Amino acid sequence: MSTSTTSAPPGAARPPAAGRTGRRKSLQRPEKIAAYLFVTPFFLIFLAMIVTPLVYSGYLSFFREQLIGGDAFVGFENYADALQDSAFMSGVLRVLRFFLLQVPIMLALSVLFALVLDSGRLRLQRFVRLSIFVPYAVPSVIAALMWGYLYGPDFGPFAQLAEALGGSAPRFLSGQWALASIANIVTWGFVGYNMIILYAALRSIPTELYEAARIDGAGEVRIARSIKLPAIRPALVLTLIFSVIGSFQLFNEPSLLQSLAPTVITNAYTPNLYAYNLAFVNQEINYAAAIAFLLGFVIMIVSYVVQLSSQRRERRS
Amino acid sequence: MRTNQRRAAAFASVVAAGSLVLAACGGGGGDTGEGGDDASPAEEVSQEEIDEALSTPTQLLFWTWVPDIQNQVDLFMEEYPEIDVEVVNVGQGADHYQKLRSALEAGTGAPDVAQMEFQHISSFRLGDNLMDLAPYGAGELEGDYPEWVWSQVSDGEAVYGIPQDVGPMGNLYREDLLTEAGIEEAPATWEEFEAAARTYREANPDSYLTNLPSNQAGQFMGFLWQAGARPFSYDGAETVSINLEGPEVDKVVEYWSRMLADDLVSTDVDFTDQWYQGLSAGKYASWQTAAWGPVFLQGTAGNTSGLWRAAPLPQWEAGENVSGNWGGSTDAVMSTTENPIAAAELAKWINTAQEPALRLATEQFLFPAYTPVLEDPAFLEQEAEFYGGQKVNQLFSEISETVSTDFGWLPFMDYAYSSYTETVGKAIEDRGDLAAGVQAWQEDLRSYAEDQGFTVE
Repeated sequence: MSTSTTSAPPGAARPPAAGRTGRRKSLQRPEKIAAYLFVTPFFLIFLAMIVTPLVYSGYLSFFREQLIGGDAFVGFENYADALQDSAFMSGVLRVLRFFLLQVPIMLALSVLFALVLDSGRLRLQRFVRLSIFVPYAVPSVIAALMWGYLYGPDFGPFAQLAEALGGSAPRFLSGQWALASIANIVTWGFVGYNMIILYAALRSIPTELYEAARIDGAGEVRIARSIKLPAIRPALVLTLIFSVIGSFQLFNEPSLLQSLAPTVITNAYTPNLYAYNLAFVNQEINYAAAIAFLLGFVIMIVSYVVQLSSQRRERRS
Repeated sequence: MRTNQRRAAAFASVVAAGSLVLAACGGGGGDTGEGGDDASPAEEVSQEEIDEALSTPTQLLFWTWVPDIQNQVDLFMEEYPEIDVEVVNVGQGADHYQKLRSALEAGTGAPDVAQMEFQHISSFRLGDNLMDLAPYGAGELEGDYPEWVWSQVSDGEAVYGIPQDVGPMGNLYREDLLTEAGIEEAPATWEEFEAAARTYREANPDSYLTNLPSNQAGQFMGFLWQAGARPFSYDGAETVSINLEGPEVDKVVEYWSRMLADDLVSTDVDFTDQWYQGLSAGKYASWQTAAWGPVFLQGTAGNTSGLWRAAPLPQWEAGENVSGNWGGSTDAVMSTTENPIAAAELAKWINTAQEPALRLATEQFLFPAYTPVLEDPAFLEQEAEFYGGQKVNQLFSEISETVSTDFGWLPFMDYAYSSYTETVGKAIEDRGDLAAGVQAWQEDLRSYAEDQGFTVE
């Protein structure tokens, strides 16, 4: 991989300068048109599936429709209500806690695995790499169902194992443990995904740097700390931003585990789950739209803070 | 022949289990009390019009989750070759109603006929989404259903759905486990039931006589129904009543509070793996369930075949004979249909014509609402091996006659049930103050109803 970065990119090859001025104009226009044609399908779908629903739900969020009494324009009232809605706020705080608890563990594990794989000292490297990645390939719905079974309080394997050893497993889906149990599922699923991003970033570091470091007497740990980690910082920031979005939008796992612990994982457990239930259980689509938009703002702010702080650090170093 | 039937039955019961979960989550119906005067009697459709419509090529869309309902639909299409029915399963329970609501809201894509649980009828009446079936001959069916069933689908003269299956409640119990614990007979009263629970618990420190799920509003509503409470009603317009106070409700609440506080009942969430395994491993020695329960249990706890028995629900007063209902559904015609006659005929025919209706009971194991099937020896005389050869259908059809009438619902039972879990369910789970939980539920429902513009009584 590193060799390809040293050779000239093939796209850089240009037609010979001779006769260029004459042909260029005639070529440029169709090229441009072709470029637009290539991005059109994406933009059409993007417009239809992302922008339109976004605008429409923004529009909806300014109304209030009641089961009796119809539809009325209410301006920012839904937003004002949401900001005072303790169910929404505690949901946001919960996913924030989830983010602070789960993301550091997940990314630390991802970095560790990526470094170990990159060190090339592992046997069965491909097998290990694949095994860590496979959970990501398991649809999160299936994963949540599987973990729901594993967490079973009387008949789940963990409980059975604990009992066989004479102890007792924690009630994984009790109020005390549920968030940690969900964090465990998400970590299990996404360590491999983040690892692959980081591993790819590691593979693109020129090997000359390692040779130079070794000549200077640096060991593997020193190389990892002083060369590899700084080099993959942009990739790390990327995974961090993805994790911010993923954490704040937490939905699948709590939604599926809800049937197992409905009194713990309530309808407003995470903001996304809350918006969903508002829309489809409470039939309060307008309020749900406002909640969704507010959640979007929260995610934007947190992502921005993360990016800003990482940039600042980069400048300092 | 007999073993063949049994094998088919065992298989079908497994298949049916999925759909019954749904029925389980259901409750009763759209009875709206006496407020029928606003429903102006629509004009009767003449036989010529009906004949003409049924011999005109027509396409119908039918949304249902009932397994193998295609069999009934095929019979219908044989009977009326000009009518082509497409059966679509858009999901069960919440999924089904959400999609139905969306389609009705969107104005296109809604089915002509849809499966509709009793307790959701009012919610769709609210949007004027249900067609009154009375002008299409449904009114004549009144005498063919138990009174309480008819009151669930009708309001005055108007009829909003053709009942398909019902869930009068009884008590399924493990005879072997009860005998082991020294309990000779199924408790006849709730008082005896409590004493039995205590005895059972002393003999079996790891298991319980029964389980009170923290998420199952449907069962709890059934208990309230049996106790004579009438917490909800809807007048078909803008007024709802929400009243979870009074001696009937208190009786039920105090009883289960005591059972919870004394650790005489477990509180596992039902219809989960944990609960299925609890049933088959004997963690719960009984299940107070509806008439769809016996077949469902067969599919869930197959290893305990022959050990179960069925009995009526324990009574509040010795010598009484009252039950409640949990689950069951109807086939309703959407008011947006362009072929009202054919759609109404489909809903009526598959539930009341001899062959399809009987097959619903004997092949799909839906507990029949329709009296002629309910009294059909082919249904009644079935001996259930799982229940030691007991004629379980016979028992439940007797129970069906003891369900009290006039139990009403709110036009937002989705919300009411989800709120139940977070208020009453929480109290059950915590073995806390059930009365406070019920109080919180009532307050939450009232404030939701007011926010939605209803007048609350």
